[in-house]
Amino acid sequence: MMKPPIYGVMAEFDNPTSLVNAAREARERGYRKLDAYSPFPIEALTEALHLPKSKLPLIVLIGGILGGLTGYLMQYYVTVIYFPINIAGRPLHSWPMYIVITFELTILFAAISAVFGLLAVCGLPMPYHPAFNVKRFERASRNSFFLCIEAADPLFDRKGTEDFLESLDAREVCEVAH
Amino acid sequence: MADERQIAEDELQPAPVIAPGYTFGTVTDQIASVVLTRRTPVFWIACFAGGFSLLLLFLWAVALLFAKGVGIWGIMIPVGWGFAITNFVWWIGIGHAGTLISAILLLLNQTWRNSINRFAEAMTLFAVACAGMFPLLHMGRPWLFYWMFPYPNTMGVQPQFRSPLVWDVFAVSTYATVSLLFWYVGLMPDLATLRDRAPNRWARATYGIMAMGWRGSAKHWQNHEMASLLLAGLATPLVLSVHTVVSFDFTVAIVPGWHSTFFPPYFVAGAIYSGFAMVLVLAIPLRRVYGLQGLITDKHLENSAKVMLATGLIVGYAYILETFTAWYSGNVYENAAIWHRMTGPYAGAYWFLIACNIVAPQALWFKKMRSTPVLLFIASLVVLVGMWLERFVIIVSSLAQDYLVSSWRVFHPTRWDWATYVGTIGLFTFLFFLFIRLLPMISIFEVRTLLPQAKVEEEAK
Repeated sequence: MMKPPIYGVMAEFDNPTSLVNAAREARERGYRKLDAYSPFPIEALTEALHLPKSKLPLIVLIGGILGGLTGYLMQYYVTVIYFPINIAGRPLHSWPMYIVITFELTILFAAISAVFGLLAVCGLPMPYHPAFNVKRFERASRNSFFLCIEAADPLFDRKGTEDFLESLDAREVCEVAH
Repeated sequence: MADERQIAEDELQPAPVIAPGYTFGTVTDQIASVVLTRRTPVFWIACFAGGFSLLLLFLWAVALLFAKGVGIWGIMIPVGWGFAITNFVWWIGIGHAGTLISAILLLLNQTWRNSINRFAEAMTLFAVACAGMFPLLHMGRPWLFYWMFPYPNTMGVQPQFRSPLVWDVFAVSTYATVSLLFWYVGLMPDLATLRDRAPNRWARATYGIMAMGWRGSAKHWQNHEMASLLLAGLATPLVLSVHTVVSFDFTVAIVPGWHSTFFPPYFVAGAIYSGFAMVLVLAIPLRRVYGLQGLITDKHLENSAKVMLATGLIVGYAYILETFTAWYSGNVYENAAIWHRMTGPYAGAYWFLIACNIVAPQALWFKKMRSTPVLLFIASLVVLVGMWLERFVIIVSSLAQDYLVSSWRVFHPTRWDWATYVGTIGLFTFLFFLFIRLLPMISIFEVRTLLPQAKVEEEAK
C-alpha cells in the first residue's frame, strides 16, 4: 500500500462542545480513522467517537488473580514444602495466616497491571507522533481542542476533508505532515 | 422574576470549589508557572535550606548508627522498639491522608479533592519513604534487609509468613509501590503540559521523556480515566489494610495495652487524623506564598478541618473505649497497663496527648476556627504532636511496664534518637520542596474539569 503524502487533516476548536459536535458529525459522515485531542477527559467524546470499551478492567482482573495465586502458593510452598516448622503440632497449611500477604500481592499485581496495561493500551511510550508537527498542537495540553481525520481513512480526500472540517465551526484547519 | 430564580439557584448551589473567573489557559499558566519560572521565592529557599540541613543531621545520625549499631539509641530490654517504631507508625499514618484524598474521595465523587490530591499524594510518598527508614535502621544490620523477602538462598531458611512483622514488609512495600504508580499515572497529562510549555530544551526533553508521549487523545483519556478509577478502587482497601497490618504488630503480641481487637480501626482513624493535619500544615503556607487561594480555597481548608474533627472524635472514642475495656475485662494486667499510662512515668505524655488529640480539636466545631487559616495551622500542628505522643505512649509505656515487675525499666531517648527523628522531618521537607519546585503541585487537568466551561452543552442539533 502506498503511503499517503500527509498524515491527516486537523481542525482546532475553542471549546469542548464544538469538539464533541464535530466528532459526532465526522462519524456520521462515515469517517472512521479519526482521533480527538483535549486538555482534559471529556466523557461525551468517547461516546461520540464510538470508542470500544476499555480493555483495562480485564487486564487488571487477570493481574489481580495472578497476584493472589502467587501470594498464596508462595506461602504454601515455603511453609508446607520447602521450610516446614513444626510448632506444637499445629497444621503446616495455616491458611488464615496467609490472608494478609495474599491480599497485598493481589493489590500489587493488579495495580502494576493497571499501569502497564494503561501504557500498553495507549501505545505509550511513543517518542514520535505526527500530531506534534502541528505548531499549535502544543495548546492541546492547555486550552485547545483538536480533531484529526487521518489520511488512512478510505473516505479521506485532501481537499474534501479539509472543506468538511472548515464547515464545522473550527477555529483553524491545517494539514498534518508525517 | 428571572433575577429571583437566579438568586434562588445561587443559594441552592453549594459554594464553588474553585474561585470564579478562571479559564483553561489561566489555570494552566498559574499552576505551571510555579515550576517553569526562573524566580524562586525566598520562602522556598528558606524551607529547602532548613530541610536540607536537617537531612544532613539525619545522614550524620545514620552514619554513626552504621558505625556503632543501635546502642547509640536509648532502646534496651524491655523497651526494644523505642523511638524507631513510634516514628514508623507516625509517618506511615501521615501518609494515609494522601491516599484517602486521592482514592477514597475519587470513588465518592468528591470533586473538591481535585486541587489538593497531587501534593497530598506526594506527601504520602515522602512520608512512606521516611517511615520505611525506621524499621530498616532498627534492624541492627540494615544492609541485610533483603533477608526479609522470600528468595532462594544458601542459608536454607525462609521468612516466617505467620508473623505480622513479615506481613508489614509486604504491606508497606506494596503501599509504597502502588502510591508511586498512582501518583505517576495522575502526573502523566500534566507532564505533557509542562513539556509543551517548557521554555528551554533541557526542561522540554526531561518532561517529554517523563510524559512518555502523552498527547491527550480521546483514547488516552478514556483509558486514563479507567486506570485512575481502578487504581483508586485498589488503593482504598490497600490503605485500610496497611494501618491494620501495622496495628497487628501490636495486637498479635500478648503485651498488656497492645493485645486488643479494636486496634485496627483505631489506628486507621488516627492515621487519617494526623494525615489531614499534615495536609493542612502544608497547604496553608503554600497557597499563601504561591497565591493559590483561588484554587485551594477556604472550602478545602474547611472540609479538611471537618475530616480532622470527625476522625479526632473517633480517636477520642477509642481512648475512652480502651480505658473502659481494660476496666471491664477485669484483667489485672490490662488494668495495670492503663493505670501506669495515666499515672506512671509516662503520665505527662499521656495527659498531654489527651489535651492535644481530644480537647484542643474541639475548637474545630466553631466555623470561625475552621475559616481562619492561621488558627487552623496551629491546630494541625497540635494534632501532629498529639498523634506522635499517642504512638509513643502506646509503644513505650506498654513495653516499659509489662508482667514482670523486676524487668521494668523506663526508656530515655538519647540525642541520636532525636537526631534520627528530626532528621526524617528534614528528609520529608527536602523531598517535598524539591517536588514543589519541579512538578506541578496541583493537578492541572483535574482542575480544568472543575471549570464551568468544561461542561459539554447539550446541543440542539
